[in-house]
Amino acid sequence: MNTLIDIVVFTMLVTTALAVVRTHSLFATVMLSGVFSLLSALLFVTLDAVDVAFTEAAVGAGISTVLMLGTLALTARSEKPSSHSPLIPLLVVLVTGAVLVYGTLDMPAFGDALAPAMTHVAPDYIARSPAEIDVPNIVTAILASYRGFDTLGETAVVFTAGMSVLLLISGRRITRAEAEKGATGNAKGTDDAIGDGSDET
Amino acid sequence: MDWSFFVGHVNYWLFVVLMMTGLYVVVAKGNLVKKIVGLNMFQTAVFMLYISMGKVHGGTAPIFPTDMKIDPATVYTNPLPHVLILTAIVVGIATTALGLALVVRIREEYGTIEEDEILEIEQDMASEENRIHGQAMGGRA
Amino acid sequence: MQHHIVLRVVTKLLCGLIVLFAFYVQFHGDYSPGGGFQAGVIMAVAFIAYAVVFNLEMAQKVMPARVAHKLAALGVLIYGGTGVVSMLFGYTFLDYGAFQPGHPSHGQHWGILAVELGVGVTVTGVMLTIFYAFTSRVPSISDEEW
Repeated sequence: MNTLIDIVVFTMLVTTALAVVRTHSLFATVMLSGVFSLLSALLFVTLDAVDVAFTEAAVGAGISTVLMLGTLALTARSEKPSSHSPLIPLLVVLVTGAVLVYGTLDMPAFGDALAPAMTHVAPDYIARSPAEIDVPNIVTAILASYRGFDTLGETAVVFTAGMSVLLLISGRRITRAEAEKGATGNAKGTDDAIGDGSDET
Repeated sequence: MDWSFFVGHVNYWLFVVLMMTGLYVVVAKGNLVKKIVGLNMFQTAVFMLYISMGKVHGGTAPIFPTDMKIDPATVYTNPLPHVLILTAIVVGIATTALGLALVVRIREEYGTIEEDEILEIEQDMASEENRIHGQAMGGRA
Repeated sequence: MQHHIVLRVVTKLLCGLIVLFAFYVQFHGDYSPGGGFQAGVIMAVAFIAYAVVFNLEMAQKVMPARVAHKLAALGVLIYGGTGVVSMLFGYTFLDYGAFQPGHPSHGQHWGILAVELGVGVTVTGVMLTIFYAFTSRVPSISDEEW
């Protein structure tokens, strides 16, 4: 049963990916990327990663689609056909793919309970967390307690990325002509335009 | 290469196929929004590869019963990849937003989000600057 | 969106439920899939859905952009502050045993709750900040191009 679900989800994922390559409408591309995220959330559930599936469904299919649509509203609706031949990119992709496949040949088989990833710290976390943390969800226990430093760093990265977006595209829009006029004319005008960017969104 | 090896590794190869589709979009397509979509697909495929390494046959999701009466016979899937990828997804959307913000700024400056046209405009600007500065420096630059 | 009455009514009903669900995911993250990262995103989605169906000004009456900016910083502060507080009790940074010295695992519960709250607040703030930044930009192309 599980294998059947896997096959169906994989087929749909590959089809979606190929559709992204083929289409020239950016709106369709963005929607397909949302579909891709939702399908991958489905795959995460079959891999027992319920927390990850939850996050992917909320983030990938929700927020990221909204942000990309917001970008489309500010940029363009359709892609212009590329003038380059697709041969060189295809070659690059095939060579990289071949190298990656070669790399997987050494890997332990899928679902192997004796794989190195299963025998190092992971069993230790599973065995110790009932006594030490006493929280049913092991993922939360590791995320917030055992690897609290890691999560602090990730939170800081999310915060920094948010602030960078704010610096880039918030506040009044300065056109090139305005900026040049400001640079030659009154320097104070440009100062103000940059200065009140932060709070006026 | 026998059958069990194939079954044990085929899903890694499928993830590689998805990754490479994403990479192809990044390399071959000139549109910046599309490049970011490709990058997202690449990223999601890497996440799937990573999570699949934590799967144990016959295992279940790494959540104990709420009453904490743990059956020692239960096998739990490795929770560590889940933790790492869970945070990576949220960081991924934040960095994607940063990339999209850059695309918006590029569109405002250049009036286009096609790579070819941006390069052309850059070239024009460079030759124009070269002409002006070249005259100022007596045609030497 | 003035004529989409079904959308408007349903969104009004759903927004409250989405916020409630976000709180459930946030504080039930110890027992079921969920936690600060997911809860933050879901919380932001409630405001985003409101802004998409009604308009940006109405959403910003409920959650002004400057509040969202401050939330983003506040969450990191809560997270880091938890670590500093545990240091003040004489433990190492982010050692939650500090919050209930006699019973370490209860201390862990308090610590996880505080830290997850910090994550949730930051993610809510950042997602809303990003959304506001994108949507308050004036489009330079016409709607006819769709």
